[in-house]
Amino acid sequence: MTAKVAHKIRPQGEDGSMKNAFGESQFASRHNGLSERAVEEMVGFLGLDSLEELIAKVIPSGVRASEPLKLRSFPAPYSEYEALETLRRIASKNIVGRSFIGMGYYDCVTPPVIQRNILENPGWYTQYTPYQAEISQGRLEALLNFQTTVIELTGLPVANASLLDEGTAAAEAMVMSQALVSKQSPGSSKCEFLVANSIHPQTLGVLMTRAEPLGIEVRVATPDDFTFSERTFGCLLQYPDTQGVIESYAEVIEKAHGVGALATVATDLLSLCLLKPPGHFGADIAVGSAQRFGVPMGFGGPHAAFFATRDEFKRSIPGRIVGVSKDVTGKSALRLALQTREQHIRREKATSNICTAQVLLAVMAGMYAVYHGAKGLRRIANRVHALASTCATLLRNGGVKAPLTGFFDTFTVDVGEKKSILVRDEAEKIGVLIRAIDDRTVSVSFDEAKGVCDIVSVLSVFGVVSSFEEVQAALESSCSTIPESLRRVDSFLMQPVFNSYHSETEFLRYVRLLESRDLSLGYSMIPLGSCTMKLNATSEMLPVTWAEFSGLHPFAPRSHVAGYRELFENLEQSLCDCTGFAACSLQPNAGSQGEYAGLVVIRAYHQSRGDGHRNICLIPTSAHGTNPASAVMAGMRVVSVACDAAGNVDVEDLKRKAQQHSESLAALMVTYPSTHGVFESGITDVCSIVHSHGGQVYMDGANLNALVGLVKPSEFGADVCHINLHKTFCIPHGGGGPGMGPICCREHLAPFLPNHPVVDLEHDRGVGAVSAAPWGSASILPISWMYMAMMGSDGLAVASSHAILSANYVAKRLEDDYPVVYKGENGFVAHECIINLQLLKQEANIEVEDVAKRLMDYGFHAPTVSWPVAGTLMIEPTESESKQELDRFCEALIAIRQEVRDIANGVYDSVDNPLKNAPHTVDDVTADEWNRTYSRRQAAFPVPWLRSNKFWPAVGRIDGVYGDRNLFCSCDSFE
Amino acid sequence: MDFPSEYKYTKDHEWVLVVGNEATVGITEFAQSELGELVFVDLPSVGQAVEQNGALCVVESTKAASDVYAPISGIVAVVNEALQDEPGLVNTSPYGDGWMVKIRDFSQEEVSALMSADEYKALVGA
Repeated sequence: MTAKVAHKIRPQGEDGSMKNAFGESQFASRHNGLSERAVEEMVGFLGLDSLEELIAKVIPSGVRASEPLKLRSFPAPYSEYEALETLRRIASKNIVGRSFIGMGYYDCVTPPVIQRNILENPGWYTQYTPYQAEISQGRLEALLNFQTTVIELTGLPVANASLLDEGTAAAEAMVMSQALVSKQSPGSSKCEFLVANSIHPQTLGVLMTRAEPLGIEVRVATPDDFTFSERTFGCLLQYPDTQGVIESYAEVIEKAHGVGALATVATDLLSLCLLKPPGHFGADIAVGSAQRFGVPMGFGGPHAAFFATRDEFKRSIPGRIVGVSKDVTGKSALRLALQTREQHIRREKATSNICTAQVLLAVMAGMYAVYHGAKGLRRIANRVHALASTCATLLRNGGVKAPLTGFFDTFTVDVGEKKSILVRDEAEKIGVLIRAIDDRTVSVSFDEAKGVCDIVSVLSVFGVVSSFEEVQAALESSCSTIPESLRRVDSFLMQPVFNSYHSETEFLRYVRLLESRDLSLGYSMIPLGSCTMKLNATSEMLPVTWAEFSGLHPFAPRSHVAGYRELFENLEQSLCDCTGFAACSLQPNAGSQGEYAGLVVIRAYHQSRGDGHRNICLIPTSAHGTNPASAVMAGMRVVSVACDAAGNVDVEDLKRKAQQHSESLAALMVTYPSTHGVFESGITDVCSIVHSHGGQVYMDGANLNALVGLVKPSEFGADVCHINLHKTFCIPHGGGGPGMGPICCREHLAPFLPNHPVVDLEHDRGVGAVSAAPWGSASILPISWMYMAMMGSDGLAVASSHAILSANYVAKRLEDDYPVVYKGENGFVAHECIINLQLLKQEANIEVEDVAKRLMDYGFHAPTVSWPVAGTLMIEPTESESKQELDRFCEALIAIRQEVRDIANGVYDSVDNPLKNAPHTVDDVTADEWNRTYSRRQAAFPVPWLRSNKFWPAVGRIDGVYGDRNLFCSCDSFE
Repeated sequence: MDFPSEYKYTKDHEWVLVVGNEATVGITEFAQSELGELVFVDLPSVGQAVEQNGALCVVESTKAASDVYAPISGIVAVVNEALQDEPGLVNTSPYGDGWMVKIRDFSQEEVSALMSADEYKALVGA
């Protein structure tokens, strides 16, 4: 052992280490699924004496943290009750004002039936991306409803299943426009993007950050002054614009098309219930936020952004798309379409690094449309418009300079020179939050949650006195002020799903029906490797919907958000404690966004030292596909580094490449423990080689769940890393989002952390905004706060060691049937293991996909399929699963192995067998006829435990080829 | 597996067949069997200049999206529009109806330097 002394992992429970001032905390032993006895048994099964001995053999001694984790914010763990009480006190420091700020964030009414049965329901929030479509049909249908809502309201025929926020959606539109236009005119250099000066400032901020490394020139002007040239590849307009103005963009879009450029319109779904949709006046792409469709503002997120485009661009659309296909019996079935365009396959050739969507929030927004239907949505939109119009009219009648027409929900007021801040601050005193635009203009935005009293309050802000009754009367007699030419005339959302569930009973049953078609953590473990599907404790989830967290506008005044600020400080400090870094940015909204943010920070650091030419990013071939995609987005050139036969970074190759590119080396991106599930002993050398050539080390934090409390990335040489709060720190995966990917870094990189155009984050030399909101998806941060508060320092270390123990236990239990592909020096894996199924192909023509589908019949979600090695499964059990569950899962895989042998032995037919026909549906096994070479019992109940608890896949094996050749992504083609 | 002897091959599994002034390019039977059923072929524009070993088009199956590289430099003369609606032609007839691009203005030397059927057969171990 080196100078570093490995500390002991203190077991949870009786030795007093987890006690706090009020007594013993029970939470860690509830979060960690292994009992003390199970730990003993499992350690013994591995041929070891103690958990500590395992950890010492798994983690190379030089890499182990020099001292035990000490969370400064949480010196002792809280019980669930104490943590909730403490967080309540923090939350009470937030002030929930009446927001009229607008800017893409609006108060709304979350139908309680959606709040309780979707947002607060583990049947909806615990799953990951619906890769295994046959057991995800409920979520996929809900996402199809979302896509259909977007398609119908924007008037464009193709939409994706959501993006992270409006700002990044606009950036994706910019990048996609350039790629498409360049492809149409090869050889041309089109690098100019025109942006209306009337877009939301945070959108412009995200665009500027994204454009610079890619060499895109963003030109901001009023749309009337746009000068399109041969260099212009696209433009971005906002409709209605950030000040609320609605104008016709048909002419400017025609000009764009005249030079072969594409037009993107950032828009608002609620306004589109009354306004002519962008697809009807020529827009090529529409983006925006679906937040006000029933999703709380949450101080900035999470919300689902949407992205819609024309049919001919469907194969270039970023993010995930749900498509209609059919199953083996010809029944309509849904699955993610066009998967291979994603970065895990395309790597540096991918045009976007987006993987996570905002599934949970997209599901909510889609369900909001189902709940209200077109009639309800139009009623809400009309009311919001009437509130705004009435308020503006009464202001004008009172002598205030407000417009009469040409807006939907937002209008500006001219308050006179140098008066705007004064007016805004006076309004704040009575709890009315308005936006000061420039020194003489303020704006007022209305939304679904506002009423007559709010108009009375707003009038009083401008010195106009009017009674409730007077306002009520004015509201009743108000009529639309939207110009005739811009009114929506066509009908929308006529599909049955939007017209069938308008009683709460029917709606609840629809929600529950879809939920029942989705396998969640509420049913069984989801051992997806690299995804860390651990417990999302109920106590962690409760604060998310507290009004003090969910009800705040992201640009609420600083004096209103003291509670949030305290929460952020606690979290930033704790994430720094865990990683050993000096500073933290909570802004990135997903792991991919953290990668990108970390790399632009590195880029800015090099530029600040006159090293702007450093642009080479070394990436091992084993890396997540997002790594090369992010590097390209950060303006870097990817150079691959080989892996050796043991799956480790080939240090000799790294030396060669670092030497070869010494002058221009910017960074190395490395995952630790590696994507092969191994703690590489050479990591310290790897980092110092890169440093010796002037490069920075970016650590991909996807596997941090093996490190917390045991290893600090700063100590082995990383300079910056992202942290997937939705993996390691218990934010649920939401069925494919939300996520959070904050980054932590060393002191020298801290000045370059992201800042924000609206809220000062005090990073003077910051790289700009990487997300629309200053702290990303702020309202889910209480989840990670609760987790750390209740686990405490020791509990977190125990969690990591249990995660490692469980992976090693599974690896060893399966080894006789499935060889483990990669192991560390002492023959152990990290917190996940890759098992080899390639032999099954030779033995019985069984593909890894067949095993994945067969696992569904056994009631399990498959591990990660064929990544990072083709023909394998990557299993990550996490610390939250009990030994019984691990055993059940291993038994399922072992039983399937026997079925494969039986195919090879001729017991089952080589084609008509339980694996090739998997998964088996109720329709299959209850059909009048059964003429397979195995029994119905073997098909659906191959092991006894299924008799008492069976999950039925909703559809049979889905035909992916059919769906990808014939892409349909709306309800119209789904029965 | 089929390796027509009159075709030339690359190590990246493309084939070339010269007829008159045009060189037809496609992917080999081995390549299509590795990719699985194709769902989309992203063809280049007619008139586009391509360089040897540069990206020519992208083929997508349900399990992979791969670049097809230009076996020779030249100008894209014709693309196989039939693949827009029927990408599966590449699977069913890799050397025939599943051709992808015809290239003009290429150098005969570049073609001659490519692998013969026997060499390619040895490469894929068939």
